Amino acid sequence: MENTRSKDWYISSFKKIEESLNGESKTPFHELRKNAISKFEEFDFPTIKNEEWKYTNIAPLLKYNFKQVTGVKISKKDIEKFLIPGLKVNLAVIVNGNYVPELSHFYKQPSGVRIESFRNMVLNDPEFLMKYFGKYASIDNGFVALNTAFAFDGTVLYVPDGAIIEDYIHILNVSGAEGENVLSQPRNLVITGSNSKVRIIESYHSMADNENLTNVVNEVIVGENADVEIYKLQNENMKSFHVNRTQAYQNRGSVFTHYSVTFGGSIVRNDTNTLLDAENCTGNLYGLYLTEGSQHVDNHTLIDHAKPHCQSNEMYKGVLNDSSRGVFNGKVFVRVDAQKTNAYQSNKAILLTSDAMIDTKPQLEIYADDVKCSHGAAIGQLDEEAVFYLRSRGIGEELARTVLIRAFANDIFETLTSQILHDHLNHIVYAKLK
Amino acid sequence: MLTVKDLYVRVEDKEILKGINLQVNRGEVHAIMGPNGSGKSTLANVIAGKEGYEITGGEVTLDGKDLLDMLPEERAREGVFLAFQYPVEIPGVSNASFLKTALNEIRKHKGLEELDAMHFLKFMKEKMKMVGIDDNLINRPVNQGFSGGEKKRNEIFQLQMLQPTLAVLDETDSGLDIDALKVVSHGVNLFRNKDNAVVVVTHYQRLLNYIVPDFVHVLVSGRIVKSGGKELALELEDKGYDWVTNTVPAAETV
Ligand SMILES: Nc1ncnc2c1ncn2[C@@H]1O[C@H](COP(=O)(O)OP(=O)(O)OP(=O)(O)O)[C@@H](O)[C@H]1O
Ligand SMILES: [Mg+2]
Repeated sequence: MENTRSKDWYISSFKKIEESLNGESKTPFHELRKNAISKFEEFDFPTIKNEEWKYTNIAPLLKYNFKQVTGVKISKKDIEKFLIPGLKVNLAVIVNGNYVPELSHFYKQPSGVRIESFRNMVLNDPEFLMKYFGKYASIDNGFVALNTAFAFDGTVLYVPDGAIIEDYIHILNVSGAEGENVLSQPRNLVITGSNSKVRIIESYHSMADNENLTNVVNEVIVGENADVEIYKLQNENMKSFHVNRTQAYQNRGSVFTHYSVTFGGSIVRNDTNTLLDAENCTGNLYGLYLTEGSQHVDNHTLIDHAKPHCQSNEMYKGVLNDSSRGVFNGKVFVRVDAQKTNAYQSNKAILLTSDAMIDTKPQLEIYADDVKCSHGAAIGQLDEEAVFYLRSRGIGEELARTVLIRAFANDIFETLTSQILHDHLNHIVYAKLK
Repeated sequence: MLTVKDLYVRVEDKEILKGINLQVNRGEVHAIMGPNGSGKSTLANVIAGKEGYEITGGEVTLDGKDLLDMLPEERAREGVFLAFQYPVEIPGVSNASFLKTALNEIRKHKGLEELDAMHFLKFMKEKMKMVGIDDNLINRPVNQGFSGGEKKRNEIFQLQMLQPTLAVLDETDSGLDIDALKVVSHGVNLFRNKDNAVVVVTHYQRLLNYIVPDFVHVLVSGRIVKSGGKELALELEDKGYDWVTNTVPAAETV
């Protein structure tokens, strides 16, 4: 089987790296990696026989032997084009999965705030790391297992009680190397204390025009009454493969807001999950994907209401062109204890051609009786009545369609708290939908 | 200016307009009345260029130019305006930006310079006052969540903004309270001049007290069965459509 060949490749890659680790290979932290690689061996890569991967066939990415690449030199200038114009950010730059301190910079932070490379933590403060690492993103498939086994670098952010991080933290990921199929597996950890606040941009870009695989895992712990926002922007090249697992854990009264914006990639799979594990939490999951050519974008979300008096809002939108394909699977669990839950889900997509396709599956599992849950889905073409309305006022057909598609897409950004980010994303949408 | 000659229109397999003749000259107001389903909106939509209608015969020209051969946007740029019976809601597109785009597309077509944001705003403020529409409606997405009356008022606001030469108002009076009716009629009357023309589709004589027509036509089962002056509307109100339908040969009233 093709899978098996692929599997062996990553296992032998792991062994090779392990041999070069010297002392580190004897550490308790490395035990976690070893445990993960055996889980990987057990799970293997998912196939479409797996219910969670039914509509996303990852076979194309198994054709390549992606490998870890270090030492690619890139300059400040190279990454400038990936920055958001006019936005003041604390910048963490990750190249091919490795944190690059020379390209990163941070403004003065409230005392106790830690922004460090994952690598640093592994070497210098593994006890701290191990308190959180792997405790939230469960290893339930080959990709999470693989990321965990290869957990060497990434970004760790610790925001203590009461700390407010004024400027965005932009974790800017660039991957690619001339003539290589690069494997990037950043592992990020965000730990926030009570009453803290932080906004993070997590963006992905490509340097070379090769097929690369980015396989990310983020664990986010949202403290009591904390407010954490994450904007994930997928803008890698059209050949790249991207798998992202984000797992948030919410404490009492916290707000977690996640935006997932997908523009690039050949096969993209996002799993964005939040567990509302105390009262009065709010979870917001928003997403937008604009696809073209033969792109395949799969968004899986899980909003897990475990405790009462919480609310969640979810809105995902897609615009699919050419023969691209989308998948939306939105799970909302309302556990027995989660009375007075208020959960709202909406999932809309516009198919611009008859070849474009989307599979959607809202999955509401409600075990509490005193709850308000609603979900709406609308998949279809542009509203032709609206097109005619615009045309009847002198607006040409093409422009009319573009205006309507942009309006449909930009709607997702209405709740963004940063005008600069709002305008930047609008601008990308504008340019993409020309 | 507008000439409709022996127009036959089908939707799917159903013949809806069966030989319409209508001549509208500059400076005139024509009212079209008729029972539900008689084809009034169909006629209005065909003039504006809505898809889904099969023209099986006849012609529609504007100042001699073949309208039927033009795209809806081309007709609008040539001066055709349809105030919709059911204006569409357009989420995410603000009324103001929509009108700026529309106005500039029309200006471009006329060889005029595009209005910049400042001039546009000034022009818009003037018109807003004229039709009594407030900021809130202007900044909201087109028609989204507007009340029935607000939607109609918005149509007349657009009429004022775009200054067409031929305005076709499809039941703009329906759903309006008496005050709104006055405001809307006032907007239409301010629009009227010797160089443009108005076609109003209505069920109610009441509107015609405010927008006084030069001609009234009665459309029944896809045909104009009677035309006359403004008195005809009063007579219709008095006697009902039965009075005119009875004058149509029975076989064709189906
Ligand atoms: N798209 C369509 N498909 C099928 N039938 C249609 C369509 N459009 C119009 N019709 C039919 O054509 C006839 C005329 O419709 P139209 O809307 O023009 O009537 P109207 O005179 O405007 O009526 P009202 O006074 O109720 O607005 C009706 O019987 C209607 O059902
Ligand atoms: Mg009608």
